[in-house]
Amino acid sequence: MQRGTPSDQRPTDVYFFATCLVDLFCPEAGMDAIALLEREGVAVHFPQDQTCCGQPAYTSGFADQARSVALKQIQLFPNDWPVIVPSGSCAGMMRNDYPRLFADQPELQAQARALAGRVFELAEFLLNVLQVKWNERVQDRSEPVTVAVHTSCTARREMGTYEHVHALLGQLAGVKVVTQEREAECCGFGGTFSLKLPAISAAISDDKADAIKASGAQSYVSADCGCLLNIRHTLEKRGDALPGKHLATFLRERLSTPDDKS
Amino acid sequence: MAVSELKFVPASEFKQRTGAAVADPHLRRSFRTAMDYLMAKRAAQFPDSAALERQRALAEHIRKYSLSRLPDLLEQLERQLTANGIQVHWAENGEQANAIIVGIAKAHAAKLMVKGKSMVSEETELNAAMEAAGIEALECDMGEYIVQLDGEKPSHIIMPAIHKTKQQIAKLFAEKVPGASYTESVDELIGIGRALLREKFMSAEIGLSGVNFAVAETGTLCLVENEGNGRMCTSVPDVHVAITGIEKVVEKLEHVPPLFGLLTRSATGQAITTYFNMISRRRQPGERDGPKEVHLVLLDNGRTQAYADEQLRTTLQCIRCGACMNHCPVYTRVGGHAYGTTYPGPIGEIFSPHSMGLATTHALPTASTLCGACAEVCPVKIPIPELLIRLRGDATHPASPGHAPLAGQGAAASLLMNVVWGAWATVYSRPALYRAVTWLATRLRALTPPIQSGWTRSRTPLKAARRTLHEELARRRGK
Ligand code: SF4
Repeated sequence: MQRGTPSDQRPTDVYFFATCLVDLFCPEAGMDAIALLEREGVAVHFPQDQTCCGQPAYTSGFADQARSVALKQIQLFPNDWPVIVPSGSCAGMMRNDYPRLFADQPELQAQARALAGRVFELAEFLLNVLQVKWNERVQDRSEPVTVAVHTSCTARREMGTYEHVHALLGQLAGVKVVTQEREAECCGFGGTFSLKLPAISAAISDDKADAIKASGAQSYVSADCGCLLNIRHTLEKRGDALPGKHLATFLRERLSTPDDKS
Repeated sequence: MAVSELKFVPASEFKQRTGAAVADPHLRRSFRTAMDYLMAKRAAQFPDSAALERQRALAEHIRKYSLSRLPDLLEQLERQLTANGIQVHWAENGEQANAIIVGIAKAHAAKLMVKGKSMVSEETELNAAMEAAGIEALECDMGEYIVQLDGEKPSHIIMPAIHKTKQQIAKLFAEKVPGASYTESVDELIGIGRALLREKFMSAEIGLSGVNFAVAETGTLCLVENEGNGRMCTSVPDVHVAITGIEKVVEKLEHVPPLFGLLTRSATGQAITTYFNMISRRRQPGERDGPKEVHLVLLDNGRTQAYADEQLRTTLQCIRCGACMNHCPVYTRVGGHAYGTTYPGPIGEIFSPHSMGLATTHALPTASTLCGACAEVCPVKIPIPELLIRLRGDATHPASPGHAPLAGQGAAASLLMNVVWGAWATVYSRPALYRAVTWLATRLRALTPPIQSGWTRSRTPLKAARRTLHEELARRRGK
């Protein structure tokens, strides 16, 4: 079997790491991400033994528990294929924090490093590795739509995938991205932060919901399920019916019109 | 003058206090407006992000280098200052520092001390100690003066009175400053303060200041300020006492400009401040002004604890620019007083556990979404989110073998949390169990509780999907 070598050659096979939030709360985003990869001719492998990247325990200061979960994930990807994660936050955990987590165990750290080198956030992989050029071969025939983008803080600051989502959306003629006030600011989720300090989390989340509403966008997208759920359920509580989607779902729906690809 | 009674808030009250703070629309608006302004000013100073990254890398390097040689540099600083005729004192904690300063004041039978802005003197609560000794300590920085007048503590390390509106200050002056009438004109308000302070500068026996950079090689104390009060406090009274943390030392003069340039741009969006004072000597024979005596008090107060650990040591790189708080979504919502510490915001969350111990501060490192905005703007590249995660662990666990425990290590340890995370790890590291549990959650979705801890305070409940992705894909493969 030919192996994917991200840097120079278009990979034929990839692993998909769904993340625990997508698994339980937004499985459609996972299905859509897989569909996006498959429509580019890539075979997607989903190890059924995957659970969670371990981030909730890690960021709460429970490193041992995070390690025991991370250890299981590290062993799930025996072939040298890219590992695609539909979340900047979880991809960031696997790419940047796994090697740190195993700092005292050189052998495991080497494994963690090897894995880290082939972890990709979905948008990053579509754009940089698969180099999709939808504008050249797909006509975005859906209704024109204006959309606000919320980039997760990890995607923005740790993964540097801020431009990627915008670049992908920019390939769709009918999609107009509108900017919201203080776009770079956190949505207020912060994982267990939203449970520990709910008043502050609510204040930040409400401001984000306000900004997205005020942008006048008809819809919003995020490439991170955590932020998406936070914004969605905050808007819902206020009775605002603005539809929000995971980037994968949004893209898949726009692209499901007949593909002109030869 | 009323002495601030506002002591550090116990950790148990932190959550309530922040709850009250976010519920205060006036506070929310004033911080938001002020922080938006400061962020815009800073951004305007750094149009070229590649250049900024080069400057930050250099500044980080200078701070790391200085810290790597800290014991040597402190000795060199002491030798050089002593040779220059400046007396050096060492204080392990705030009480010692205050006792040293009270002692100096008493030796000169001082009745009044004028103070330039010094966060370290806030850390030691010097004003209270001076007044207990019967010596008036008067803040001369306008912001500090305002909070002192109102019996408060600073709510921001650069702009102490940022939480106050013009109207509140007008009212405060009219009530508390003898002879002042109500005015909302900023110029007039500053005029009132200035007239009063000028007189005090002339009669004070002692002037106190902070230090931004202490240069070991030359024995020079550098002081960055805008209002001129620092210059007055360090040159008019006969005795000048400077106080600073032991981490502020750099080796050479040439290390100062890169840090200075980033400090002012990051803090207030200024390319340079109005004043930059470099103090190397007391008044020399034949000179007509300057203090006859100069002292430096070097304060530890938990800094050596941070220093002893390679990761935590990065905390000491800080040059106290305040950019991390200006950009922090939490600080912006709750303001500085909610933290109940001298240094609020991200830097306070990583520093206070050392100066005050984790027993009272263990909640502070949890006051972050880990969004990373702080580390992104920090001019000396302190990895603040990593340190927050580290301190969350130290607050809830005993020290790992071979590591000395931090003060208050494990203060937030809870059996419940150990059980919760233990159970979590059990489920998430056993794939079959995980699939069973999540399968069950999807089948019980109709029973989703309407109240889900803090989540549903401002959100609708989270509901499991009809089928997990695992199940969807297993079905698809089975087809
Ligand atoms: S931690 Fe960094 S950003 Fe915050 S005050 Fe210190 S130097 Fe400035």
